[in-house]
Amino acid sequence: MTLFNKWLFKKPNNKLEGSADVQENPADALVACDSCNSSFPAKTLPEQDYTCPRCGALFTVSARQRMRWLCDADSFCELDTDLRPADRLQFPGYAEKLKKAQQESGEPEGIITGTATIDGLPCALFFMNPQFIMGSMGAVVGEKITRLFEHATEQKLPVIGYTVSGGARIQEGIFSLMQMAKTSGAVLRHSQAGLLYVAVLTHPTTGGVVASFAMEADIILAEPRALIGFAGPRVIEQTIRQKLPEGFQRAELLLVKGFVDRIVPRKEQKQELAQLLRLHGREAV
Amino acid sequence: MAGAFTHVQAARQKNRPTAQFYIDHLFTGFLEMHGDRRFADDRAIVAGIARLDQRAVTVIGIEKGVDTGEKIMRNFGSAHPEGYRKALRQMQLAEKFGRPVICLIDTAGAFCGIGAEERGQGQAIAENLMTMMGLRVPIISILIGEGGSGGALALAVADRVWMLENAVYSVISPEGAASIIWKDAGKAEEASEALKLTAQDLLAFEIVERVFSEENGNFDKVTDTLHAALTEELQALCAMEDTARSEQRYRRFRRMGGNAL
Repeated sequence: MTLFNKWLFKKPNNKLEGSADVQENPADALVACDSCNSSFPAKTLPEQDYTCPRCGALFTVSARQRMRWLCDADSFCELDTDLRPADRLQFPGYAEKLKKAQQESGEPEGIITGTATIDGLPCALFFMNPQFIMGSMGAVVGEKITRLFEHATEQKLPVIGYTVSGGARIQEGIFSLMQMAKTSGAVLRHSQAGLLYVAVLTHPTTGGVVASFAMEADIILAEPRALIGFAGPRVIEQTIRQKLPEGFQRAELLLVKGFVDRIVPRKEQKQELAQLLRLHGREAV
Repeated sequence: MAGAFTHVQAARQKNRPTAQFYIDHLFTGFLEMHGDRRFADDRAIVAGIARLDQRAVTVIGIEKGVDTGEKIMRNFGSAHPEGYRKALRQMQLAEKFGRPVICLIDTAGAFCGIGAEERGQGQAIAENLMTMMGLRVPIISILIGEGGSGGALALAVADRVWMLENAVYSVISPEGAASIIWKDAGKAEEASEALKLTAQDLLAFEIVERVFSEENGNFDKVTDTLHAALTEELQALCAMEDTARSEQRYRRFRRMGGNAL
């Protein structure tokens, strides 16, 4: 089943979920936390790890904000910036939808990929973008992930990937579905080369992304309270005609059920990723 | 644009032959193997060992069931994670013993439910995709009816993917697409056209290699043609070096959605 958690992006259904203006804020702008209604200067968000300093709610962050926050300053070297989505099926309304997403996000597609250092340690990274058609996986998203893993295999680099996705991009039809197989092939080759792949699953990671590269990592980390699942909660409720239990498909339950290695709060992520990179380095220090 | 939805309806028609029909008519001496060794035996997936002429092969089918009782027992052909893990186990045994794998796909999609989620439906499908991509024996997948999204793809990472004339293969059901995109599940017909999910569309997109005529419903004739095609194709695939075949399989998927960017 394809995932379509459109509502998740509009109305977070749990009180721990924060939201923020994800555009670049003017220097003196204030942001308000949806969960506790406290407000504070937007420019302090990165140093607060995009976490509400009062209640701990997580703010939605763009791919680029996350990249700047995680990677060592000026170390990110972006790859494949020239790839643009194609409307292969000429799906009604898709061309306009793409244009709108590009204007609103200021990005050509729903993912950025590249190489960088974290605490001085080189790695290849991808960051999916929740603001681009719900982080859905179209052909460019699949292609950029595939190229990143191929590049990392060639350069003998570990991969760190931040996922956020409503699932497949319906408007790209079968080409979207095929990205699941394509990316899986590239992940496999990277793995067969003995290289490390760490996925960080953020809210929400669903559908075809869960059923491919998100769940294929050697180490799977998740952000607190992130919704992670194959089918969206609304689809499940419609299928089984009953309400889902509290906490269902949340990172904490996936940990209990054995599908996530660790839940890592944002303020610990950089340090923990660096630690993992060191532990898997050629001369582990 | 002659009626993509008529193909959808034909693929779902209740008297259409299901996986077991093809297993009975294409192969001899089918021995069904049950269970995933981890949780349960998912009856939506039928898996086992048989012969295609003289050659031992592993056969995996998604089975919708024929009568009402069987349909319920088969969960209408929607597998749980244990179904995909049963298939995976049989594929790994096929690799160990050098048997080609033949998959017969007919599902509205992987099952959506509490148990399926809690036991890792996404993880189970992901593991199949990755494992099939590296499997060192030939794989041929045939879409015989509905090819519903990740639940179908989990058995379709193959060297050759074929479709019957009225089979459909899509990232989402037409109803699902219509309700998301147009907020109206009633627009399934329009969505069927827009999704380009027919065998002819997918042949043109080079997503599948071959489309087989349904001979106006004479499915005995269809199986005769399929039998000959499988025999011939397996011969060719088995003649290839493992590494060359696996490189070809990687390239097969690698090019999809990679051009014209």
